[in-house]
Amino acid sequence: MYDDIRLAERTDTMTDVKIAARNVNVHYGDNHAIKDVSVDIGDRAVTSFIGPSGCGKSTFLRCINRMNDTIDICRVTGDIELNGQDINDKSVDPVQLRAKVGMVFQKPNPFPKSIYDNIAYGPRIHGLARNKAELDEIVEKSLRRGAIWDEVKDRLNAPGTGLSGGQQQRLCIARAIATEPEVLLMDEPCSALDPIATAKVEELIDELRQNFSVVIVTHSMQQAARVSQRTAFFHLGHMVEFGETGQIFTNPQDERTESYITGRIG
Amino acid sequence: MTDLTQARSLTELDPRTKKRNAAEKRFRAYGVSAIAIGVVFLVILLWNIISAGLPAYTQTSLKLDVALTQEEVDKAESAVVKTTRYRKMIEAAMVAALQDQGIENPFSKSRDLVRMLSTGAPATLRDAVLADPSLVGQTSQFEFFMSSRADGYMKGRVTREDLARDKNLTPLHLDVIDRLVDAGMVERGFNWNFIFGVDASEARPEQAGMGASILGSFYMMMVVLMAAVPIGVATAIYLEEFAPQNWFTDLIEINISNLAAVPSIVFGILGIAAFIQFGGGVMGIAGFKQSVPLVGGLVLSLMTLPTIIIATRASLKAVPPSIRDAALGLGASKTQAVFHHVLPLALPGILTGTIIGLAQALGETAPLLLIGMIGLVATSYPEGFVSGFTEPNSAMPAQIYQWATRADPAFYERAWGGIIILLVFLLSMNIIAIILRRRFERRW
Ligand SMILES: Nc1ncnc2c1ncn2[C@@H]1O[C@H](COP(=O)(O)OP(=O)(O)OP(=O)(O)O)[C@@H](O)[C@H]1O
Ligand SMILES: [Mg+2]
Repeated sequence: MYDDIRLAERTDTMTDVKIAARNVNVHYGDNHAIKDVSVDIGDRAVTSFIGPSGCGKSTFLRCINRMNDTIDICRVTGDIELNGQDINDKSVDPVQLRAKVGMVFQKPNPFPKSIYDNIAYGPRIHGLARNKAELDEIVEKSLRRGAIWDEVKDRLNAPGTGLSGGQQQRLCIARAIATEPEVLLMDEPCSALDPIATAKVEELIDELRQNFSVVIVTHSMQQAARVSQRTAFFHLGHMVEFGETGQIFTNPQDERTESYITGRIG
Repeated sequence: MTDLTQARSLTELDPRTKKRNAAEKRFRAYGVSAIAIGVVFLVILLWNIISAGLPAYTQTSLKLDVALTQEEVDKAESAVVKTTRYRKMIEAAMVAALQDQGIENPFSKSRDLVRMLSTGAPATLRDAVLADPSLVGQTSQFEFFMSSRADGYMKGRVTREDLARDKNLTPLHLDVIDRLVDAGMVERGFNWNFIFGVDASEARPEQAGMGASILGSFYMMMVVLMAAVPIGVATAIYLEEFAPQNWFTDLIEINISNLAAVPSIVFGILGIAAFIQFGGGVMGIAGFKQSVPLVGGLVLSLMTLPTIIIATRASLKAVPPSIRDAALGLGASKTQAVFHHVLPLALPGILTGTIIGLAQALGETAPLLLIGMIGLVATSYPEGFVSGFTEPNSAMPAQIYQWATRADPAFYERAWGGIIILLVFLLSMNIIAIILRRRFERRW
């Protein structure tokens, strides 16, 4: 069914573990949203999270850069290690962590500032550019990698909020990679994009894999199959199955996974 | 079912649609009539204020040539009551002027004749002499304010019948005034003194002006700007963006909302107790005394704080959380996210709330009553910038209130005139709020 050409020849290229999560539980007040999830996310690889709506994919993603800290009622337990260091350790500053673990949100959220300032904000606060020329360079490079340069190069001073939804999402992707994170978390980055832009973003993800570890949440199983090396299937807060993408799609071990990818639940 | 829908044509309204449309029409009519009623009342109010207040902006004065001799001035300056001699000079000048113009002088005592002038006229003459000693030894023309009755006669407020029972002016004066008008000596001109002058005692309404109280209000607004705005905005930012959600912050929130509803006179009492009795009395802090703009401004700050906090929190709340997420997700700290992204977006709302709070404070009267700003006759300008805060002064609403309570109708006219000035200030503040809001919104 998902006989993407690349799928068949896919092998598990994972060498190093970038992020190791063990027994992660998340509660929103009384709502137990993530139940005992353990997962290894590889370096220089793309991992996709799939699963029906409300199963906790976004929630788990937000654990990795500690964005859940900003939600008062949210309680996270368990271990998550980035490069072998516990990210929930008291001595870890979440701000520093988020500079290393970038995020693209489910809904495009550009700053109501110019396109240029949107991209330049991260590099500015992290001091990545020594002067204006370097900053210009970062902005151009990021916009090119975000597959949006050609559309905005003539109006870098126009507000980012004036772009179309799909353009805004690519702007947000460009903004996230401008800070050169080690890990890039993408929450349904293509849900607002047309097939051409989606293809561009997927190309980008494939390219990012050379340097980064990418985690992508997606509702499109074709997309998961196309871009990721490993796939995790979430269901009702449990991580039901995790393995090589090829294996998940062609030979799922769990009944629920099979039902989901064949369209019976979700 | 299918029959029903097919049977009815699109152009023919079904009863439900008709009902719905009728309800909509009714609601629109309610809205339009509510607005119409509002506009009618506004027009009536403005018409009243303007027609009653405009006369305060003109003042009748008498042009009089006064001969000043060194001898007379020296005598006057060495006397105990210095203005008496100056009055004599004016009397003599007036008698002479009437003779010159061939106007019959019906008064045997020249003192009665000058009753048509303001009782402040001698002081006006003396001030002019002190300001410019070279006037001594020559005859020069001065302009003296006419008394409030004479002024009222010129404005049509006072009639001959009114004067039958009046101790100050008689119809005979009016005859003389009529002749002086013919001679071009009495004229009605724009009354700059009303805007820039200081308050005068009960006997001289023609000399009373808003100037000192405008300054008093200005200094109080400075205090509010410097005290309430930073404290209020900082409180709101902390509560909205940083404070944990627990029973304690909930309690604070409820209290702030309640404070906004506390009658302003309560803040006046707090002002007496906290600033004047404790701060000035017990602690002995200089400047914390009755009627000073510093204390008035602090009281108004207390009163304005809840307004500013609530407005600021509301506009911070209106900033979409996704903007905060975006900044935090890029590795900005909480403070950076707030100050780089949230605050600029909330600024138009904060500015509007702040200016509305300031405008409220500007028009507030009750707390000023308690800290002694009403009842104080502000007859002088503060000497410098600092003493503007620490010297007793009045404020615009206090001044208006005070004039409205005085007996002389000339003061009543001034109270309305003062309201016009107050409204002009409030209107300009609102216009500034709108302009600032536009300007900031355009940046995004
Ligand atoms: N801020 C929050 N406060 C309270 N509950 C939340 C919050 N965010 C998510 N939840 C709850 O956590 C559970 C998982 O939500 P999550 O957003 O992670 O789902 P998802 O898998 O990303 O779904 P979707 O595919 O629709 O984006 C849901 O039951 C949701 O109601
Ligand atoms: Mg989600």
